[in-house]
Amino acid sequence: MDSSRRKFLKIAGISAVAGIGAPSALNMLMKNEVQASSAGGEHGAQTEAHGEQGGHGAAPTGKRYGMVIDAVKFHENQGLAEKCIAACHDYFNVPNFGNKKDEIKWLWQMPFTNAFPGDESHYKKDDRTHAMQFMVLCNHCDNPPCVRACPTKATFKNADGIVMMDFHRCIGCRFCMAACPYGARSFNWRDPRGSKDGVPFIKKVNPEFPTRMRGVVEKCSFCDLRVKRGLQPLCVEATGDTKAMVFGDLNDPNSEVSQVLRARFTIQRKPSLGTMPSVFYII
Amino acid sequence: MLEKSLKGNLGYWAWILFLLGIIGVGVICYIVQYNYGLGATGMSRDVTWGVYISQFTFLVGVAAGGLMLVLPYYLHHYKDFGRITILGEFMAIASVAMCMLFIMADLGQPMRALNVVLHPTPNSMLFYDMIVLSGYLFLNVVCGWVVLHSEYKGIKYPNWVKPLIYLSIPWAVSIHTVTAFLYCGLPGRHFWLTAILAPRFLASAFAAGPCLLMVIALIMKRTTKFDIGRVAQDKLVTIIGYAALLNFFFLGCEIFVAYYSTIPGHMHTLDYLYFGLTDHVTGVTHNNLVPFMRASLVLGFAGIALIFVSRYLKSDGLLAVSCILIFVSFWIDKGLGLVLGGFVPNGLEQITEYVPTAVEIGITAGVWATGFFIITILYKVAISVKLENEGTA
Repeated sequence: MDSSRRKFLKIAGISAVAGIGAPSALNMLMKNEVQASSAGGEHGAQTEAHGEQGGHGAAPTGKRYGMVIDAVKFHENQGLAEKCIAACHDYFNVPNFGNKKDEIKWLWQMPFTNAFPGDESHYKKDDRTHAMQFMVLCNHCDNPPCVRACPTKATFKNADGIVMMDFHRCIGCRFCMAACPYGARSFNWRDPRGSKDGVPFIKKVNPEFPTRMRGVVEKCSFCDLRVKRGLQPLCVEATGDTKAMVFGDLNDPNSEVSQVLRARFTIQRKPSLGTMPSVFYII
Repeated sequence: MLEKSLKGNLGYWAWILFLLGIIGVGVICYIVQYNYGLGATGMSRDVTWGVYISQFTFLVGVAAGGLMLVLPYYLHHYKDFGRITILGEFMAIASVAMCMLFIMADLGQPMRALNVVLHPTPNSMLFYDMIVLSGYLFLNVVCGWVVLHSEYKGIKYPNWVKPLIYLSIPWAVSIHTVTAFLYCGLPGRHFWLTAILAPRFLASAFAAGPCLLMVIALIMKRTTKFDIGRVAQDKLVTIIGYAALLNFFFLGCEIFVAYYSTIPGHMHTLDYLYFGLTDHVTGVTHNNLVPFMRASLVLGFAGIALIFVSRYLKSDGLLAVSCILIFVSFWIDKGLGLVLGGFVPNGLEQITEYVPTAVEIGITAGVWATGFFIITILYKVAISVKLENEGTA
């Protein structure tokens, strides 16, 4: 009696372990498969990498979006950078807390030595380079360390090369922020929907894009939803005819961005780290 | 067996009450943080991990340090450690519990913590950290409890725990290795990006863990009839001494590589930690951690010297002091400098300093108190069983 009970418990225990383990292992395999392909659809951005629905059988798009930022044009057109930043931050409901500690930013300006640290040889560059400000944002790396670090796939890479955030899955561990060599990520240290002294942190809420809750990470999304509809990212659109920013498919040799990259000398931020950034700079 | 923890003298209950009080403060602070968000801490966009993650890192080491008590007994049949292996295992349980609490305290969305299990991500080191930590907790709970319970019943422990005990030995190494991999695999964080990080973690762990155990053992020697014995004590001194020396040797290797190569990224954080780092844009020198890090060096070397002197003099008092010195030294080194330093300068070569808030310190104290509470209960049970057995034998 006793030995049969023990046997039963053994079998029950083993099957329980297997029962818990197998589905998640299977899920893992399936997800990897889905990640390799791409998906369309309304909510493609949220679902394709997670593989909860859709995606099966769709061919890879072969796209890799990238951007060239002409720092000289920004230098010559004073106020242009601020216009781009406002276009981005207003649309995406990026809050302004009025202090550095809680700061959230998707797109901002930095001097040369901060944007390109380690490029010591450039210290002796011309005065103009040192006077210039450089627009910095998420580099949408081809080999993103943040995606590698994220323990929940809340940050993931789309088939078109855009590195995305799922605000609903993020557990707020901030491993991605430690992993990002570019400081491109921000964390909602407090409720961005709140206000201080009657002044809301988000001046005017744009209903087209969700506000975030506290405790999650956010960053530039290369305006993936606009890009899917064939539009340019908001910052690029804000540069108008100046061509201070050029956006497009790096894999298409005929795209404007590829042509600029062939014609001009450009640099990337920290290329030695092997992250393969998709943002290039003309200095 | 657990009922043994319900019988104690006034001192025991006062200590329990004291710990519960601090835990209460921690709970209140956590409610404040939960309602406001992690902005209630001193962390910022640039320093995204603070005392929670640094305590976590240090305590993984304390947990792994239990290995130094288990390994000699079970692998080398070093009989004099027979009485203290259980203490090592129980210390590991309390440490891992604290680690898990610190991780939870650090999450922006703690209610979503299970996403790590629901969406397993084998490319993330945190995924493996979750596996090795919960595995280590399981192994120590099972091994520790079963062995002690057998002793309580006056029988030899069943054979099926033996493989688990053997498994727990490499597993202890794995928890601290994987924890080091959280840091040393990140591109662009030069201070962490070193292959020697995992060995350095292990060296400090094998000193800090036994140090804490030794202090507790010496306290118990005074307050109870439980004495781990002179031989075991002396052996622990050897283990602590060599592990602590190894830790400083590894630190020295880091310092050599940074300052001989003079690669700026490699020097920056060490400059910040030991001398202060000047922001070349603003001209301001930042040196919050300098007094702590220098104190860590002084305390560490003093502790190593004194621990060997204490063995020569057979002085328990001096032994306790030297263990405390080494423990505090390594707590500063790993529980403050290592994690906080890694964020200075940030990826844009800016310097932001971090100072924990009162709420943050309250939560940290609460978690430590929880750990000591667990240790107290488990040790109380363990030594009650052991003393009872020895009394009847």
